[in-house]
Amino acid sequence: MPEFPADVPRAALPGQERFVAPLDQTPLAETGSFDDSRPPENQWKEAWKRLRRNWIFWVSVALLAVVAVVVLLPQWFTDLDPTYAQLSRSLEGPSEGHPAGFDRQGYDVFARTIYGARASVLVGVLCTIVVTVPGVVLGAMAGFYGGWLDAVISRVADVFFAIPLLLGALVGLAIINNLWPDRGYWGSILTVVFALAAFGWPQVLRIARGAVLEVKNLEFVDAARAIGKTRRANLWGHVVPNSLAPVIVLATVSLGVYIVAEATLSFLGLGLPPSIVSWGNDISAAQNQVRSGQRLGVMFWPASALALTSLGFILLGDAVSDALDPKSRNRE
Amino acid sequence: MNPTPLLEIEDLRVAFRQGKQDVEAVRGVNLTVYPGQTVAIVGESGSGKSTTAHAVIDLLPGTGRVTGGSIRFDGREIAGQGKKVVRALRGSQIGLVPQDPMSNLNPLVKVGRQIAEVLVANDVAKGKDVDRRVVELLEEAGLPNAEQRAKQYPHEFSGGMRQRALIAMGLAARPRLLIADEPTSALDVTVQKQILDHLDVLTDDLGVAVLLITHDLGLAAERADHLVVMYKGQVVESGPALEILQNPQHPYSKRLISSAPSLASQRLLAQQRAEVREQAQEAAEELAEEVAHTDAEFGGGGDYVVEAEHLTKVFTLPGTAPWRKEDFVAVDDVSFRLRRGTTTAIVGESGSGKSTVARMVLDLLKPTSGTVRFDGVDISTLRSKQQQLALRRQMQPVFQNPYASLDPQYSIYRAIEEPLATHKIGSKAEREARIRELLDKVSLPWSVSRRFPNELSGGQRQRVAIARALALQPEVVILDEAVSALDVLVQAQILSLLAELQSELGLSYLFITHDLAVVRQIADDVLVMEKGRVVEQASVEEVYGSPQQEYTRRLLDAIPGGSIELSR
Repeated sequence: MPEFPADVPRAALPGQERFVAPLDQTPLAETGSFDDSRPPENQWKEAWKRLRRNWIFWVSVALLAVVAVVVLLPQWFTDLDPTYAQLSRSLEGPSEGHPAGFDRQGYDVFARTIYGARASVLVGVLCTIVVTVPGVVLGAMAGFYGGWLDAVISRVADVFFAIPLLLGALVGLAIINNLWPDRGYWGSILTVVFALAAFGWPQVLRIARGAVLEVKNLEFVDAARAIGKTRRANLWGHVVPNSLAPVIVLATVSLGVYIVAEATLSFLGLGLPPSIVSWGNDISAAQNQVRSGQRLGVMFWPASALALTSLGFILLGDAVSDALDPKSRNRE
Repeated sequence: MNPTPLLEIEDLRVAFRQGKQDVEAVRGVNLTVYPGQTVAIVGESGSGKSTTAHAVIDLLPGTGRVTGGSIRFDGREIAGQGKKVVRALRGSQIGLVPQDPMSNLNPLVKVGRQIAEVLVANDVAKGKDVDRRVVELLEEAGLPNAEQRAKQYPHEFSGGMRQRALIAMGLAARPRLLIADEPTSALDVTVQKQILDHLDVLTDDLGVAVLLITHDLGLAAERADHLVVMYKGQVVESGPALEILQNPQHPYSKRLISSAPSLASQRLLAQQRAEVREQAQEAAEELAEEVAHTDAEFGGGGDYVVEAEHLTKVFTLPGTAPWRKEDFVAVDDVSFRLRRGTTTAIVGESGSGKSTVARMVLDLLKPTSGTVRFDGVDISTLRSKQQQLALRRQMQPVFQNPYASLDPQYSIYRAIEEPLATHKIGSKAEREARIRELLDKVSLPWSVSRRFPNELSGGQRQRVAIARALALQPEVVILDEAVSALDVLVQAQILSLLAELQSELGLSYLFITHDLAVVRQIADDVLVMEKGRVVEQASVEEVYGSPQQEYTRRLLDAIPGGSIELSR
């Protein structure tokens, strides 16, 4: 190992002479100066900027925009009545004015697919709302106050969490269908919503509770307490708003999940009654034709509509999750 | 004849790709390291010091790449020569001690195995030799019981021990150059000193050259022969360490040296401090009279605004079984008094219980026993909402982490308005006027008020936190490591701002810190804590001049660059 020579003055070593950069090449900024040219941005705005840059977001927006128009204004797409049966045209193929042909009962398949969107999306949206609100409120309280309140809420949630969503909803709906067979349009929709929500809220609760546990230990919560804010004001003013990001991600993804769950229940004959036009019912009715190979189109239309709608919501959930939590983004 | 340089960096340029643009992080850096020499790169965060070092071993993070210049190791060009060339050098010729000892060891693999991997990968040892060598290396790095330690997992090691293990790893293959990237900035000062001393001895013995990267000028000057000061990706000044320290030429180096707390002149500081204290005490008396007038609760404290007596806090931790609990005494019989208009510093290493004391004084945490009196009133007797709010008005905190102490959802305006709104002070127009005044006090432009915390730098956020704490015109401000997370220059600014505010508003500070160097600039009385107990309690002059306790002396010794004389 070469020794550092003691006799050579250190400053004289080539490459280590005293060097001072000319000031005009290294201008000094004022310490703590800040850039005032950009408009102010909070984190939601930043998230929106990231969302806007994402292709997946725009694909999901395109899909969901179509779905929204179909739900709100089905008459724009077809003049036919989805509940008008022409038995004489049972299982007839596509023809002029009937692009998807007819099913076994002689209903127009295209019209039924269009009108079926409403029930599916309604169940999905209502379910998400009914699940998220109590999930966040209870989860936030459990996480923030802790102690026995947390123990009680969490254990009750665990009981519901232990029962599989579809199984629980199936049993619940079987009982309700027996007791009140005829509940009308809204009655039927709301029963399905609550049957699913009863077993869906613990998931939101767990996520919200976890987020609150993390946020409540941050220093700004202590700082707010030191100002004299009450614990309750702290919870709703500081902790919950900062815990919402993961809940929003979960909610967007679960929109798609609940739409599929409703279709599954209806397919099994326990969801919406046959009097309500819905994709699940139509898929269920079409299975015989598929099995006997009579006409695949009857199944194809409602099934694709269901797949594309839930895909739209799940893609949206994906994009939202990337935008709200850029650290977890999986990049090349 | 001159020796041949070991590492020569010439006109190095490194850029990171951001979207479709290249952002240059290192612009034309020149640097030479001779065999056996210690060279330090000093700069604040974002100056490009780490990037330069990582470019040498081709470990640039993310999209970074070398865009120009040359890096020669032992006369051979290694920049842009493909992965193979550099990989052959890594470990065997150039070792690395990374910054964060917590995240740089694999938690699932025994420490000994991780060092063995280095030995095997570099063909230094084979078969049975490996284990023997691992133990030798750990011993060499200063770990007692090396044989047993090698069989332990990283979580069984303290921070200092992990850093020793990483040093052992960096030196395992006997490299000729060791790159130490902020090797001790995550550690307590006393541990930092031990580790750096040991590293010095080791590298001297082995004749290893060290490229030390640090933000601490005092530390760099103490350890290095040659100093390179970087600022915004450029070298602004370089040369022999002492020469730069005593005679800085570039305005940035001048600024750095005058801001470094460990290097500042003692006499000058004592004078400045005395002036501040005099004014502050005067203003504080006026303030106390005013408070006694408006708040019926307070006004009996005399000279002391906060008095803590026999404070003890015991935390109950889960034991070996759910029905067994263990007691952990975080704070053990701590008493002190805070004189009006002065600063009392509580100094200690991590785990000494200093922050727990602060939280008890703030009434955010109930003491297990003991009392805190504010202005003569035991705060545990203030239980009505009215009384509580009255106490809150008089005592406000500023916390350590400028990134976590402001709610990211609140604009700066709302953040400063919050205390006013909570206490229902003033109309909307009056509040706005008050916020203007407060921002002005902490030297922030009014335009900041529309911004959100994520748009501000650490120093700016800390200013906002101070403005917010001052909104209620408190008598006491509790500064819990309020300047510890900031770069030196920003730290100096905030400290002088705090002193200014103290003399102007008559504030009394309780200043919690692990950094004794800072204490001299701001404090009048010092409380040194170790493991929950007060080990020394005296005025600043006494603590610095004639520390009574071994522990205090150790803390003082550990201040990097504390012993360097500046010719000023």
